[in-house]
Amino acid sequence: MKTFKLGGVHPEENKISANKAIEVFPLPEKVYVPVSQSLGAPSKVVVEKGAVVKTGQLLAKGESFISANVHCPVSGKVTRIDDIIDSSGYKRQAVYIDVAGDEWEESIDRSPDIIYEISADRDTIIKKINEMGVVGLGGATFPSHVKLMVPDGKKAQYLLINGVECEPYLTADHRLMLERGEEMLIGTAILKKALGVEKAFIGIERNKPDAIEHLSRLCAKFKGIEVMPLKVKYPQGGEKQLIKAVVNLEVPSGKLPIEVGCVVNNVGTAFAVYEAIQKNKPLIERVVTVTGKSVLNPANFLVRIGTPVSLLIERAGGLPEDTGKVISGGPMMGKALTSLEVPVVKGTSGILIMPGQESKRTTVLSCIRCGRCITACPMGLEPVLLAQLSESQLFEKAEKEKIMDCIECGSCHYTCPAGRPLLDYLRLGKNKTGLLIRNRGKK
Amino acid sequence: MNETIVFAVISLSAIGSISAVILYFVAQKFKVIEDPRIDIVNEKLPGANCGGCGLAGCRAFAEELVKTGDLSKLNCPVGGSETMRQIAEVLGLVAEEKDPLIAVIRCNGSRANAPVKVSYEGASSCAFAHVLTAGESGCPNGCLGLGDCVVSCQFDAIYIDDITGLPVVSNEKCIACGACVTACPRSIIELRKKGKKDRRIFVSCINTEKGGPARKNCQVACIGCGKCVKECAYDAITLQNNLAYIDHEKCKLCRKCEPVCPTGSILELNFPPRKEKAGETLKTTEPVTVE
Repeated sequence: MKTFKLGGVHPEENKISANKAIEVFPLPEKVYVPVSQSLGAPSKVVVEKGAVVKTGQLLAKGESFISANVHCPVSGKVTRIDDIIDSSGYKRQAVYIDVAGDEWEESIDRSPDIIYEISADRDTIIKKINEMGVVGLGGATFPSHVKLMVPDGKKAQYLLINGVECEPYLTADHRLMLERGEEMLIGTAILKKALGVEKAFIGIERNKPDAIEHLSRLCAKFKGIEVMPLKVKYPQGGEKQLIKAVVNLEVPSGKLPIEVGCVVNNVGTAFAVYEAIQKNKPLIERVVTVTGKSVLNPANFLVRIGTPVSLLIERAGGLPEDTGKVISGGPMMGKALTSLEVPVVKGTSGILIMPGQESKRTTVLSCIRCGRCITACPMGLEPVLLAQLSESQLFEKAEKEKIMDCIECGSCHYTCPAGRPLLDYLRLGKNKTGLLIRNRGKK
Repeated sequence: MNETIVFAVISLSAIGSISAVILYFVAQKFKVIEDPRIDIVNEKLPGANCGGCGLAGCRAFAEELVKTGDLSKLNCPVGGSETMRQIAEVLGLVAEEKDPLIAVIRCNGSRANAPVKVSYEGASSCAFAHVLTAGESGCPNGCLGLGDCVVSCQFDAIYIDDITGLPVVSNEKCIACGACVTACPRSIIELRKKGKKDRRIFVSCINTEKGGPARKNCQVACIGCGKCVKECAYDAITLQNNLAYIDHEKCKLCRKCEPVCPTGSILELNFPPRKEKAGETLKTTEPVTVE
């Protein structure tokens, strides 16, 4: 069965919420919409304090090339434009809205009918995706319209739709494929049209047989879209790993997938594209998995952006007594939250509640030079060396050893028998080396 | 005598003499004339190679001194004014008397003052923790207490206090090389005048948030109320971004600002205790321990 060759691990899957249908989350009383929800430059707020806003109205405008618009997820009144503590504990600008009713912008089509015909042409699609603030929903939140603008001299050959969901616990993409499969496929067809490619693949791991079967059946209706079952292996959802697994091409170091003629998008993004183009609906809600071994009712919620995480946990049966950590994202790449008042953003794919004992890190021991991290690294790097270089602040050497190729999947840290914080040092190294490279560019 | 031996001796001597002549001319051609004063100055230096002067090491410092012949810009923080005076004698210059400096930790967010809200268990490196999170107390400017400054110090002058979780600088050992200033990812450490009898007054906070949010995380945060600015008779205190800063060049150590600070973020070190006036309320903040 197809998979990527180099490295990879297979953590316990724990897809507890896989059988839970997507539940529309009730409107919260208050939402906090962070202004910067995508990779790139922060967007500029275009509403004022006290303004009455409708669902779908523009809140913040992305002004540079890599940035995305943010829309109002609810209707109500803007009470404050102030800082809010984000998942890191640092403060970021956000728009505070008191919810009143649910009045939508008139241009948005809210009917449940599925629109099959794609009338928009390529430029309209890209323009609209940009306008509607669609970003990559796999977690990296890279503005989607940028991906569709193929640079001169390059030609897109394949569109890959990422339905791998290799992170343990998370089931948001899985449920979306099952319940909104048709819309998602139309979204894929739209993306195909925008890129001008003939062939699109939907990569799905074998642990989701129902999704593979369902989509394969639906694919008969769509020309040039094929489901590609993949072996279960982490981090198959990584862009470069998926390309290697599905079309057996290798993206050169430091280059983007377009170099080998591929564009990768998440299934959530494909669905958001469908809604943006066919329904005129901006990205104001997303599916979030709330799960954990001791959570009473693990669930998949369709949540408006800006809803505090605490409400989601409450609805899933409340915070269990033995909670050790609340993680935004999956257990491998997610980030522990410092406060439950953190709002759901475009990049929130799941809320994972880890029991106390399991969430603790093991004691750090000395490196025994076993080389397991090197075997596990899906990018063919030497995590042990890179971590040492970054610990001793030799960032120029680390750059030569390709630290910037690290995808921060955490396989090295997961596999280390000595429990060494390899990923922490790699992240530090990437951060500092990136700074070094950017400063060099300025001179 | 054996002919072979004679031939060997003669040919070797010939090669030796020719090489000697070549080497003589090469040596003349590539002669490096070094100022003998560099060696003398180098000997006077402490030889710590700490880089506190801003140059690569003691030798580089000596070379730079002799080359420029200007003492005003260069200073060896390890040797201090005594070393600089001796060097000035060698070079026939007059050394400017410079006040000794010391590293000052501008954060008093001890575990009692800034209670821990979240626990961090990642790699024990301030540089990484700073990238990842605001810190255990939630203060985005406060000390992370993971000891990057301790690691950077070559003179064993900083340690992390177990009770407060904050670094402590030793008055005797710190030579103000500035390694910790560079190492701290939050720029909490500053080099300030050591002061007579180690007496110093400074704002022990660099939080630029507004009063409310700052106090939420730490009860001794500077809230930028500006009372100290009004109190200062020497214009030494400035207020910027909700944060007061005392200029150590202008400060006369009059101690008037400390009692007016409502949060107790201004610290005075190694002063004799104040005579308590009748009716004056005692401060609730814990006393600062300084070695």
